[in-house]
Amino acid sequence: MGAEFVQFSLTPILIGIFAAIACALPGNFLILRRQALIGDAISHVVLPGIVVAFLITGVVATWPMLMGAAAAALVAVFLIEVVRRMGKIEPGAAMGVVFTSLFAGGVLLLEQSDTSSVHLDVEHALMGNLEQLIWLRAEGWGSLLDPVALSYLPPELLRMAVAAALIGALTWLFWRPLKLSSFDEGFARALGLPVRTIGLGLVTAAAVAAVAAFDAVGSIIVIAMFICPPAAARLITNHLGRQVGWSLVFAVLSAILGYVFAGYGPLWLGASNSVSAAGMVAAVAGVILLLACLFGPARHRVGVAAGS
Amino acid sequence: MSAFLDALFFQAGYNAALVAVGAALLGFAAGAGGSFLFLRNRALVSDAVAHATLPGVGLAFIVMVALGGDGRALIGLLAGSAISAWIGLLAVEWMVRRTRLSEDAAIGAVLSTFFGLGVVLLTVIQGMSRGRQAGLEDFLLGSTAGMLLQDALLIAGGGLLVVTAIWLLRRPMTLVAFDPAFAAARGVDVRRIDLAMMAVVLAVTVVGLKLVGLILIVALLIIPPVTARFWADRAERVVWIAGVIGGLSGWVGAALSATAPALPTGPIIVLVATGLFVVSLLFSPTRGVTAAMIARRAFQTRVHRRQGLLALARNEPIHDRLTLRILRAEGLLRGDGVATEDGQAACARIARDERRWSVARRLHKDTALTGRYDGLTPIDDVFTADEITWIDTHMLAGGSA
Repeated sequence: MGAEFVQFSLTPILIGIFAAIACALPGNFLILRRQALIGDAISHVVLPGIVVAFLITGVVATWPMLMGAAAAALVAVFLIEVVRRMGKIEPGAAMGVVFTSLFAGGVLLLEQSDTSSVHLDVEHALMGNLEQLIWLRAEGWGSLLDPVALSYLPPELLRMAVAAALIGALTWLFWRPLKLSSFDEGFARALGLPVRTIGLGLVTAAAVAAVAAFDAVGSIIVIAMFICPPAAARLITNHLGRQVGWSLVFAVLSAILGYVFAGYGPLWLGASNSVSAAGMVAAVAGVILLLACLFGPARHRVGVAAGS
Repeated sequence: MSAFLDALFFQAGYNAALVAVGAALLGFAAGAGGSFLFLRNRALVSDAVAHATLPGVGLAFIVMVALGGDGRALIGLLAGSAISAWIGLLAVEWMVRRTRLSEDAAIGAVLSTFFGLGVVLLTVIQGMSRGRQAGLEDFLLGSTAGMLLQDALLIAGGGLLVVTAIWLLRRPMTLVAFDPAFAAARGVDVRRIDLAMMAVVLAVTVVGLKLVGLILIVALLIIPPVTARFWADRAERVVWIAGVIGGLSGWVGAALSATAPALPTGPIIVLVATGLFVVSLLFSPTRGVTAAMIARRAFQTRVHRRQGLLALARNEPIHDRLTLRILRAEGLLRGDGVATEDGQAACARIARDERRWSVARRLHKDTALTGRYDGLTPIDDVFTADEITWIDTHMLAGGSA
């Protein structure tokens, strides 16, 4: 746990934790509203977004790509609504039509444009590069107080921390309307709450979290964190506040354990190469959900006898 | 253009022809198989199935290498992917049945966990000495480069098998997709048919892995059925139309992609299907956007015409621009706002219609008929000539019955 840990493991773990928190928070409400797969749809359309941003600006820079991804996410949400309303198609199928089409368009654009010289490919968008977000200037724990070394922190860390803080603040601020409209939309509407705006705001927050996270940690973690920790938490408790708390615990646990298993697990087993941290974080989140499915105290539907 | 036509009619070389035939069959199987899922409102289950294939592919490679084989044998990889996709499918089923999580959460959980596991296995394989050239990443987006005859035969044979299975099971699957409760009452084992439906989807996914990849196979399972729904209201027709749309997308897409090197097969096939979807969304005669706009416009015209004529009959001025335009266009109104002779006749007819309705609603006993008064429907459409004579008698008698 010395200098090497600070150099190579501290920042990726922190970034993973922030990404997990930013995605798990809106995920709680998406699950209650049966919109869990919107995170999946958004993370697929991130690809065309960054490709278009690259084609317009000609550079692989962070901000244009984030803007492109965010724009693509909003376009996708809009198109899903359009297809759903104009075609009178059920939401799941409408989502499936839109995100697969946009993803196919993204892949085609990527093949058409000359991106071989730059680091832009499908696998990167899927798997992120968590392992590469290291803090080389650190010389030990003392570097946390050294302003020069701190200025060499990977920029993703600050960005992800800000995103997580923003999502956290928004959740705290809109707690009551979110809670009401997620559990009982009719009642919320009767109280005069702008239900549609709340729904749209939630989806936008989810898009912000997904877009901020995909660059650092890849789409797999984003989808996994939107769904697995909140779903596991839902099987633990009936209380929304506690559910959100548990989901954060599970998200942080997945991020830490996943990174550690990916980096050191193969060494313990005698292999020499580490494995994908993004994949491992998702896998750990899945195992946590499996345990919750088996042993969670609130796992059964209300009114359904155990074992039926 | 001629290169495209060549490819379309299998003249662009042996390999391209193989790909085109395989893609058409796969598209047909995917469209028809996906229809049942779509009609059952479970379209996105295919997303979970597709992503759950990845760990199976990785494990199959590792096992085959461990047994001393090449590791890249397609049949082995597909068998592995089928097993892990089946496990993923059962996991979705189990979660929905045994816990209170809704199906979309279960789908997302399985999808991300299995995919994460698959990516971990891919990095393990990259670390193996034999794994450098494994090319398993091709299964993400599909690849037709270097497709062998036996691969194409596998795809074509698999597609044919799936279509046959759909043909044999079409009755119970349609029944379950359309109304599960009714099917259960008829003695159909809904759970087993559901699993059969899933097996069909799984077979399509596995067969399509090589050609379009696991991310885009979902598109072939969802877009053709959604498109077909615009053209048919009968479940059985939706299935076969979806098959044709999928097959067409596969065939045309494969031909298009054969014309240039930078046109990857999978995405092109999907985009052809998307194009067909957009055309259907806009121009379907019954459910399309254009048809809806025309119907709305016709309704609007009827309302404005009737209300305009009623206003004329009561000697009230008309201010609404649209009403004026409609009446003038039909020659019922002069430029200065006075009714023409035709217009006066129409006014009289409409006013009489309204009076008849008011008498009928007061006197007639059958509310199912009088309830059809909506200010638009002519009374002749609802009552027989005899009844109208009866109404007229009462009307002339001063409406007092």
